[in-house]
Amino acid sequence: MATLTVSGVSRWFGNVVAVNDVTMSIDPGITGLLGPNGAGKSTLIHLLGGFLPPSAGTVTLDDAPVWKNPEVYRTIGLVPEREATFDFLTGWEFVLANAELHGLDQPAAATRKALATVAMEYAQERKVGEYSKGMKQRVKMASALVHEPSVLLLDEPFNGMDPRQRMHLMDLLRKMGADGRTVLFSSHILEEVEQLAHHIEVVVAGRHAASGDFREIRRLMTDRPHQFVIRSSDDRALASALIADGSTEGVSLDLQDKALRVQASHLLSFAELLPRVARGAGIRLYEVSPADESLESVFSYLVKA
Amino acid sequence: MNSTIIRMTARAMLGGRRIYLLAALSVLLLVLAVLLRLFADLSPDDTAQFLHGVSLSTLLPLFGLIVGTGAIGPEIDDGSIVYILAKPISRAEIVRSKLLVAVTAAIAFAAAPTFLAGAIMAGTSANVALGFGVGALVAGVTYSALFLLLAIATRHAVIVGLVYALAWESLVGSFVPGARTLSIQQWALSVTEAITGPGVISSDVSLGAALVLLVLVVGGTTWYAGERLRVLTLAGDD
Repeated sequence: MATLTVSGVSRWFGNVVAVNDVTMSIDPGITGLLGPNGAGKSTLIHLLGGFLPPSAGTVTLDDAPVWKNPEVYRTIGLVPEREATFDFLTGWEFVLANAELHGLDQPAAATRKALATVAMEYAQERKVGEYSKGMKQRVKMASALVHEPSVLLLDEPFNGMDPRQRMHLMDLLRKMGADGRTVLFSSHILEEVEQLAHHIEVVVAGRHAASGDFREIRRLMTDRPHQFVIRSSDDRALASALIADGSTEGVSLDLQDKALRVQASHLLSFAELLPRVARGAGIRLYEVSPADESLESVFSYLVKA
Repeated sequence: MNSTIIRMTARAMLGGRRIYLLAALSVLLLVLAVLLRLFADLSPDDTAQFLHGVSLSTLLPLFGLIVGTGAIGPEIDDGSIVYILAKPISRAEIVRSKLLVAVTAAIAFAAAPTFLAGAIMAGTSANVALGFGVGALVAGVTYSALFLLLAIATRHAVIVGLVYALAWESLVGSFVPGARTLSIQQWALSVTEAITGPGVISSDVSLGAALVLLVLVVGGTTWYAGERLRVLTLAGDD
């Protein structure tokens, strides 16, 4: 059981503040670090992994500082986002080298186990440089698991993985979380975090925007007013049919754009309402697009909430 | 020393095309030596001049730069150093292991060929071959240590290294005699002077000062490289 504690941490690069007064505690189990690109997730993971000193505040692993303290790597396993590895080594050699560098008693046995955990034995004799992105991700994972760390930090681990590999890695992380290990992974994709983590930490523009149970945060994200742009065979008739329902808060006709702008109070009930109403009135829908669904707008809503 | 780091560094440094470049340079030195021996009437002084000009003042700084920065620079640039740093290994040990590889390469590809070239050209007369061989060895160790530190301390290690080797040691040194006191080349030459027969070559630095400076620079840069590696930051690029 190990806990990473971030207290009052800021990190700036010159004039740019990448992480702004963040305090959080990463406990055993799976934690998702969610935020849009450029929010400071990688900077936070570098701070947690001891590869960046905080400009202010402290990062500790069970009361031991992680900066300038290589001993923490007995406890921490790290899966960096960058793809560069030792491309001239085979998968086996790469993971074995990591096992040896950890000073394990039986590096070959540990390597065999780690490669089996990520199901990469079939490609272990091939050079890492020849791997696909997903395979590389898995062999990086094996290198981080080889010393069976109680803390695992993963920076955007699902990038470049196909759905099957993604499922497999999710299962693996779930197992590790269930074993009582502390697993932290970053992602800018809400669905990924939702599928995996019960506990999420949201960072936006370097600030700690939200922390807690994903259902709670998910509700905050989906219960806000949603705006849609709709084009149909009869916008005016659709407008009157929609406004009759309680989940529609506002409708406006944009005559110039020949479109209907709708504000819905609740995403899920509106998603169910729209096709039902359209079919009932015999109206054909040509286009339904969210007007404000970018992740940034979701996050900025969260920050205000 | 860490045998895994030594192995990985050696493979990274010598596994690619770099080994051909290094080997080509040392073969070139030997070929030149054979041609001169065959077609010119060489005195020990001629040999000394040749080895000083080609080996000590050109080949050694160049080799030191290639192997010193090559032992760690590419890993820092592409971020793969993280797999070595995220281990409970002292940073000083990482530096020492990498330096050993760089020094071994400098000896194999620069110091040994220098000795051989000297032996081809001058045989055993006036100890020219031995003197320059040892001088090249000393220079190889010192350049490797200095440039390894540079590769950790700055992303522009190759440029800074070239400026030192070309501008400082060659250019400034030839106009400003005082600059030669702070030149690895002159320190190595001082060691060579002590071994070769009298009058063959002369250095601007006394042997005592040269030895002290060599030991200080190798020890100091190696220690400081470990300290810099302790605080090496890997900035996130998100």
